[in-house]
This record gives sequence, structure tokens and C-alpha cells, in this order.
Amino acid sequence: MEPPVTPGRQPDPAVYSEVESSEEFRELRRSYRMFAFPVAVAFLAWYLLYVLLSSFADGLMSTKAVGHLNVAFFLGIAQFVTTFLIAWWYARFAGARLDPRAERLKAVVENGGRPAAVPGPAAAPTTATDATPEETV
Amino acid sequence: MSAQALTLAAGASDHRPLIITLFSVFVAVTLGITVWAGRRTKDATDFYAGGRSFTGLQNGLAISGDYMSAASFLGIAGSIALAGYDGFLYSIGFLVAWLVALLLVAEPLRNSGRFTMADMLAYRLRQRPVRTAAGTSTIVVSIFYLLAQMVGAGALVSLLLGVHGDGPKRLIVALVGVVMVLYVTIGGMKGTTWVQIVKAVLLILGTLLITILVMDKFHWNPSSLLGAAADRSGKGSAFLEPGLKYGVDTTSKINFISLALALVFGTAGLPHVLVRFYTVPTAKVARKSVNWAIGIIGAFYLMTLALGFGAAALVGHDAIVASDKAGNTAAPLLAENVGGGAGTTGGAILLAVISAVAFATILAVVAGLTLASSASFAHDLWANVIRRGKVTEKNEVATAKIAAVVIGAVAIVLGMYATKLNAAALVALAFAVAASANLPTILFSLYWKRFTTAGAVWSIYGGLVSSVVLVIFSPVVSGADDALFSGSDFHWFPLTNPGIVSIPLAFALGWLGTMLSREQPDAAKYQELEVRALTGAGAH
Repeated sequence: MEPPVTPGRQPDPAVYSEVESSEEFRELRRSYRMFAFPVAVAFLAWYLLYVLLSSFADGLMSTKAVGHLNVAFFLGIAQFVTTFLIAWWYARFAGARLDPRAERLKAVVENGGRPAAVPGPAAAPTTATDATPEETV
Repeated sequence: MSAQALTLAAGASDHRPLIITLFSVFVAVTLGITVWAGRRTKDATDFYAGGRSFTGLQNGLAISGDYMSAASFLGIAGSIALAGYDGFLYSIGFLVAWLVALLLVAEPLRNSGRFTMADMLAYRLRQRPVRTAAGTSTIVVSIFYLLAQMVGAGALVSLLLGVHGDGPKRLIVALVGVVMVLYVTIGGMKGTTWVQIVKAVLLILGTLLITILVMDKFHWNPSSLLGAAADRSGKGSAFLEPGLKYGVDTTSKINFISLALALVFGTAGLPHVLVRFYTVPTAKVARKSVNWAIGIIGAFYLMTLALGFGAAALVGHDAIVASDKAGNTAAPLLAENVGGGAGTTGGAILLAVISAVAFATILAVVAGLTLASSASFAHDLWANVIRRGKVTEKNEVATAKIAAVVIGAVAIVLGMYATKLNAAALVALAFAVAASANLPTILFSLYWKRFTTAGAVWSIYGGLVSSVVLVIFSPVVSGADDALFSGSDFHWFPLTNPGIVSIPLAFALGWLGTMLSREQPDAAKYQELEVRALTGAGAH
């Protein structure tokens, strides 16, 4: 019924459901969503605000700020700056808060659901220091 | 006033040997790379995903190469040169859109899919209907985008090489088509990725050089550049404010909001962008590559400001319009100007370099599109729908190559005869279709537990059909001076971009289809998808 997905290295489906209900996975999902969803809504709102101001707030946008540089120009540059900042911020957040957990859970799944060298998938992140999941490339 | 414009037309024949030489060197070098990459392409993972062996920087450059089409290079510089601030306004949507891809799409797609967008969508839903829908929308989006590039290539070549008449234009379109098919069939994803990298580096260097020369003329003072541009535009300070292009009346304002929505939601639904996330080993590298792309694309759009306003200030409105009404030759004209002016060696060299970079841009983008659409045909429609998975890897890759030849032939024929289509409108349409048909299903499928096959099928076909139908009955096709059928008028939809209607409609249909179907979502499969998407367990 299923398509020919991958040869080898595919864990038992039951393992996924077990990991999905583990506390550590729920924490990973929560911290990812608590970051990504509000930030996505915020930048979309900020971009739409800029589009609406450009369309309907002629007076504000044409106010000269420095020399020939007006408010519209600075707001446009601000869109670039916020895009760069969010990209950098997310990379930093993900590197510190998501990647270590994700790698540990991946090792658990690939170990057939058994914790990789730590007692229980619900173990606190700090106790899992000796779990060295390998980067499977 | 038209003296300078005439130099481009007349001088084009002097520059022709140099432009053709540079372009031939590019084609020869990239074909060499393609053959080299082809020898290293052994299995389907190599052909579709470049062996998943690219680094974050390499893939970031390749993403930028795929994304910075001739429409953005020549089109945005030209729009800024003619419409001032509104050209800049247009470019911002193209950049901000990458945050959707970064935060919500790139990593889970990399972790849960294999070769195509449909791999991820079909994960927890019923294979055949979802793959059929996603494969269809992938091919439709790619054909629109491909057609835009082909039409642009024909128009551009006649301007830059000074060739006129349908014969030479069609010859160029055919040449572009043949080279792109060679890249894809011989080099697969490895070859195509390296072509993108070479092109992105050339484009960035060319743009950087012109930017430096322009800024130097204005003593690195943006205010005096803008002042000079406003003075020479004939529109004064209005040139530096929003409104010249998109603010004419309420319809054009709503039109712009519609376009902005299509850009911001469309990028993360473009098939040729999505498949690039499969060319790296892990989700973490996919994230790095998007971050590189954001940096490169952002820097590029900032430089188009210098190009556009520089062209307005140095070349002047009249000379730009005399050369091309849409402003597409503003950047090459500016290159000639800052190189020393018409008739000088420096001017001739820079004009030739920038023109060759523009050709390279078109070639690389069409190759990426052909690869993405032929991969989706072979992997989704042929292997999984028609043959129900009973097909060898070798047969699937061979099918993809045949599909690339067929899609290439279709693009060549359409490109030869559809020269009246407006390239910019076609690109905007491709974004609108991607935003309506693809993105809602991608997001629902990743983040909504209850989502079902019916929801996906309703959303994809609903988004696809509504956006295409609205365009058919819009001023793009009839009832306007620059419409496809300018002689007749059967339009009833006032906007040139359907996004503001079709995107919310596609989201609503995804929800409605799910709520109305009695199908039970596969809870275990969703758990599996969530774990795989977030952790990378079992990733290909």
C-alpha cells in the first residue's frame, strides 16, 4: 500500500508514536512552535503594515528625513534589516535550543526507541551529555 | 535625448562579437561542468538531489541563482529606473518571503521528503490523489515561470544584440532551450546546481562592480544619488515616494496588495526552490543555506537600488524608454555609461559583461525549472501514480530525462510563439499559483493534525483553478492595451494578480474539504511525520 520509501534504516513505526508522546519531544515541538509561529505572524504583519502604509499613507511616507532620504526609504531599508535579524536570530535559537534535542531524539528513534545511553526519553536535557548522536550524512 | 538610446541599438552591432564571445565562454564552461557532474551522477539521489552533498554556502548560492531571474535583475532595476520607489517596493516582497521558507518550510521538508514537494505532502495522506494534484500544480507553476524566462530571453536578445525580426529571436529561444535540456539531462541536479553557483557568483560580481562605479560617482552619498535621480526623472520628489506605479488609483493599490501577498506566500511554494532543500545532507544545513540565500538575495536587491536610481540619474528617463519601454535595458545602459560612455572601450566591455551575465541568468533559471518539473513528472506522476511504485530507479531517472526533453520542447515552442506575453506578469502569476495551490497544503500538512486528503486535493485544485481562471478573465489577457488579446475584451476581474482572492480561497478550501470529508486522518502517520520533520530521524 505504501510507496517504496526508503531502503534500510527505517525504524519500526511504533517507535515514532512512542517518541511523539515523550516529554522531551513535546518540549522540542513546543519550543519550536513558540518561536516560529509568533515570529512568522509578526513579520507578516510588519510587512503588510509596510505595504499598506506605502499604498495609503502618502503624507507620512513622503516626509523627508535626511537630505533626499524620506520615511518610505527608511521603512523599506528597515524591512531588509528585520529580515536579516530574524534569520540570524532563528539560526541562533535553533542552534542552541532545537538542534541538541532534535539530535538526541533522532538517536533514540534510530536506536529502536531505546534511549541512547540515557535513562528514558523523558530525561532532562542536561543529563544527556554522554549521548553522542552521530550526524548521519 | 535619443542619441544615447540610438547608440545602444546601433552600437549593439559593435558589441555583438564581444557579447557573443563572453556568452559562448559561459556556455562552454558550464557545459564542461555539466559533463563532469554527469559522470558523477550514478543513482536517483544524485540525479534529483545532487547526492545531497552540497554545503550551506554552495546551496545558498544555488538558491540565489535559481531565484534571481532575469526578471529580477533587469526587471527590478528597470522598474526602479522608471517608477522610482515603487520598483524598490516590489523587490522587498521577494526578500521578506524567504522568512516563510526559513521558519516554516525548509527544515521539515528536508527531513520528511525525498525528491519532490509531493513526497512530503503524500507522507500522511493518500498517495495517488495528492501526488497527482501536487505534480500537476508543480508542472503548471514551472511552465508559467519557464515561459516568462523564454519570452524574456527573446526580447532581451533582440535588444542587447540589436537583432530584429522573429527569425533571430526564435533561434535564440531554441538555443536557450537546447542548452537548458543539455544541462538537465546530462548533469542532473549536480550539474544544474553548479551552473546556478557559477551564475550567482557572476551576477553578484557584475552587480557589485556597477554599484561601486555608480556610488563612486556620487561620492558614496545615497542622498545625492537619489536627488540626482529625482531631478532627472522629470517627476521630482514624487519619484522617491510610493505611488508612481502602484498608487495610481484604488484598483492599482489593491492590485499591489494582491501582488505582495502572492510574493510573500509564493516563494516557499515554488517547486524549483523547494527541491533545492533536498540537495544538502541535513535540515541544519538546509537552514544554513536559506540564511546564506537571504544574505545574498538581500544584498543583491539593495544593489539593484543603486542600479535603478543610478540609471535614472546617469542614463536618464528618456534614453531608457527610447531603448525599451518597460525599462529592461536600464542596467546594461547604465553599465555602458559608468564604463566610460557609448563609444568607449570601457563602456563596450561593461555593456558586454552585463549582457552576458543576463543571458547566463536566464539559462541557469530555466535549467532549474526544467529539472524541478521533470523530476515531479517522473517521481510523482509516472513512478508513483501511473506505475504505482512498480518501477526501477533507473527507469524513473530515464523518464525524468525524457520529461525534461518534452518540457524543454514545449517551452521552446511556446516561447517562440508567445512573444506577446508580458514576462513580468507571467512571473507574478507563477508566484500567485504557487502561493495558492502549494503553500496552504504544505502548511496544513505539516502543522494541522486533522488535515485530510480531501482537504489537500480541494486546496491544490481550488488554488490552481481559481488563480488561473481569474487571470484569464483579468486585464492581463484581455481588455487592456498591453493584454495578450488587446483587440478583445472579456475581462470581469479587475486585478492583474489573483492572489488576494485565490490564496485565502485555497486556505479556506483546505479547511472545508477536511471538515466535510468523512475520512479519518491517519494519526499514527501524523505522529511519524512530526517526529521525522522535527528531529530528522529516518531522513533520506
